[in-house]
Amino acid sequence: MSIVELERSGAARSRLRIIDCDIHPAMTSWTEVHPYLAKQWIDHLSVYGSHLRHAFSEALSHPRMSPDAARVDAYPEEGGPPGSSLELMRTQHLDPNGVETGMLIPLRWNPGSQRNLDFGVALTQAMNTWQVERWVKNEPRLRASVLIAQEDTGASVAEIDARAGDPNFTQILVLPKTDEPFGRRRYWPIFEAAVRSNLPIAIHVGGTNGHPSTGGGWASYYMEEHNTVAETMQAILTSLVFEGVFERFPQLRVVIMEGGLGWIPSLTARMDKHWSRLRSEVPHLKRPPSEYIREQVWFTTQPMEEPGTAAQLIDLFDRIGWDRLLFSTDYPHWDFDDPRYAFRANLSEAQRDQLLYGNAQAFYGLP
Amino acid sequence: MARHVVATVDDIPAGQRMLVKVGGREIGIFNIGGEFFAVSNRCPHEGASLCKGRIVGLVESSEPGSYQFSRRGELLRCPWHGWEFDLRTGKSWCEPDRTKVRSYDLKVEPGGALVEGELQAETFPVVIEKQYVVIEV
Amino acid sequence: MADGEMANAKGPGRYAGAIDCDLHPAVPGMNVLLPYLDEYWREMVSVRALDRLNLALTSYPQNAPLSCRPDWKLADGEKPGASLQAMQEHVLDRYQQRFGILNCLYGAQVMHSGDMAAVFCRATNDWIRDEWLSRDPRLRASIVIAAHSTEHAVAEIERRADDMRFVQVLMLVSGEVTLGRRQLWPIYRLAEKHGLPVGIHAGSAYRYAPTAVGWPSYFVEDYVSQSAAFENQLQSMISEGVFAKFPGLKVVAIESGLTWLSGFAWRADKTWKGVRAEVPWVTRAPSEIVREHVRFTVQPIDATDEAAAILRLIDHLRSDELFLFSTDYPHWQFDGDAALPDGLSASLLRKIVSDNALATYPRLVKADRAMEIAV
Ligand code: FES
Repeated sequence: MSIVELERSGAARSRLRIIDCDIHPAMTSWTEVHPYLAKQWIDHLSVYGSHLRHAFSEALSHPRMSPDAARVDAYPEEGGPPGSSLELMRTQHLDPNGVETGMLIPLRWNPGSQRNLDFGVALTQAMNTWQVERWVKNEPRLRASVLIAQEDTGASVAEIDARAGDPNFTQILVLPKTDEPFGRRRYWPIFEAAVRSNLPIAIHVGGTNGHPSTGGGWASYYMEEHNTVAETMQAILTSLVFEGVFERFPQLRVVIMEGGLGWIPSLTARMDKHWSRLRSEVPHLKRPPSEYIREQVWFTTQPMEEPGTAAQLIDLFDRIGWDRLLFSTDYPHWDFDDPRYAFRANLSEAQRDQLLYGNAQAFYGLP
Repeated sequence: MARHVVATVDDIPAGQRMLVKVGGREIGIFNIGGEFFAVSNRCPHEGASLCKGRIVGLVESSEPGSYQFSRRGELLRCPWHGWEFDLRTGKSWCEPDRTKVRSYDLKVEPGGALVEGELQAETFPVVIEKQYVVIEV
Repeated sequence: MADGEMANAKGPGRYAGAIDCDLHPAVPGMNVLLPYLDEYWREMVSVRALDRLNLALTSYPQNAPLSCRPDWKLADGEKPGASLQAMQEHVLDRYQQRFGILNCLYGAQVMHSGDMAAVFCRATNDWIRDEWLSRDPRLRASIVIAAHSTEHAVAEIERRADDMRFVQVLMLVSGEVTLGRRQLWPIYRLAEKHGLPVGIHAGSAYRYAPTAVGWPSYFVEDYVSQSAAFENQLQSMISEGVFAKFPGLKVVAIESGLTWLSGFAWRADKTWKGVRAEVPWVTRAPSEIVREHVRFTVQPIDATDEAAAILRLIDHLRSDELFLFSTDYPHWQFDGDAALPDGLSASLLRKIVSDNALATYPRLVKADRAMEIAV
């Protein structure tokens, strides 16, 4: 029997230097946001809690295989959920993994999915301030995302405008389970504001909108449900393209987070092929879908694809475009990617640096 | 290959584990109902510290919807991506022939049986009456 | 032509002996089904004027460019695919096909009333038998069922099982429940028993929005989303244990787009390694299950480099037995005779054009033997 020895993908040969585009900060206690929430909403939260379009008021519809969807080793000794301790985040992740910049992606409460729009908006405002006060101010390597409640377009635009120019924020954050496909016109003021603020839009797995996770009904098992995030991302990208969002906002930049990578070339080819057949329906598209995607869409790398051979992985990157890939770990979640081992291929020093650092540096305009 | 005395049997109660360092390697010692096993602390997938994983049983199925549970506490589930490893063999459940965590030969020996050299190599005192976990690395 | 040599013969001749696994005959109107209805339903058709309803599926708007290739259009605004003679001329004769499998897409299978759906499915199958199968010995058909009404569906499969010209059970990729759900298992049990693969065809009953993010604005988005629906449904069938329960079952993904398969396999395998304890009957990697149980028709091939795409899939899935020739007639997926790209070896071409289908559809093999004996 041959024992598979862990081969470092090479990153470890030199000192690690990475930009992690997907880190999930958590609250030790939800009272952490009290200072940033009006009393009305503190009360509301205690009395009514989350009000979403699924069966459990606080839990996700499909229980995960790992509690809190987290690495088992990411629980702080002092208590609190994974991702709630800056100290542990430093010693377990930022320091040893050479994180020079880390993008915060707060997921609690699904503010964009709250059925009570005012409540959702209040949560986004509070969580945005909380990211800065609790995290960025204490750890200069971290950056915040402008979380918005996209169903209230006006409030979303106001929040984007309020944070625009604040160097603590690097992007706008939306979860893909929007009420309607995100390319639809009701959301366009958000794209306009993004362009105006020169902030990219990050679309990170999550949210809940009442639609089954497949076009043919609900998944039964977590194993199914977990994989539907890739198809959900395909749908949202398809919508952005065919609604003409990229055509109308050529300055807009979008990064798809945690949706996987394997589907990108096939979906892009599929869009091109059927657009060429059906373009009379979407005359507002002036160019093949692939061109918009190639110019205006980026993807984070986690969960890294693990094809049968290294050559297949390299071929996949070739076909997506190496400059479109932004490294991410998803810390502290269970499907975390370790920068040393995630790429199961022999990358050159330059390729490694591009994936782990250079692409994100250029994308976010970091020094 | 050298033999190393790494713990007394009493240090690791049944169902528990202990992380030891031997010659620069991190090794997990597991007590499954009185039997001891030693595996590397590094997951062969992406390098997680396996010792931090949950100890679980084996679930198998004769047909969809049936769950047959056995071998309680004999598998280790990686703390990151959840791959299961058989503590007796080091083999992963999903790819037993391809993916395996390194396991080490381990013996439980009475202090009296340990040779002089081994006794001196360790950092804690060995007494004749106790039982010791000895691994070969 | 020797093995390994490139099959560069141009023109329709290169498909001689092909088994076309996706032909769409169109029900011209409900009037053709009337002879197969009992008195009650005939009266209902008349009283409710059901025959004035156009039951073309939203998944295939009749006049959308995709629904019919321009040079395959029929005169007088007849529905694309409604003429056997045209089908013979356009594909069966032109490509010297040995067999062609009819997959009838018609509103019957998606009607909300299970009773009504079952009645019209049954009539549709009768009509296909009389007007198509009996008029061209090369034709074979899928049994049209209303999958959401499992009892009726099972009865319909039983009704057709003795007619060996029905070679498959047909379902739409998006129906009322994910396709692995155990309430559908009586269908799979019977399909396995009778040597009928389950053909899953693109298309939705539109019980839900076609995507998890809601209702897209444009038809092209609906169509693009079909490949993701196949990913979802294969994941469902694997997770629920359909193939563990029915080890002899074959599934054919029809008009799925094909190239999504690599990404699907990688992700499904990776996830399985981490969470398989939730579904312990899944004892093999999903890609292995797919390799054993699932086949794919080749039109459309979602790629700009079609030949390279097929070779890539063969490399990724480690099998050249997964792909089945199809024209998707009369849908517009390719022009001229480019049903398959140039640049495939002669041996691969033969596998795709006929051998793989013979290995997938046991009923074709029987018919094939019978024909040889007759000759
Ligand atoms: S690191 Fe252990 S399963 Fe991935």
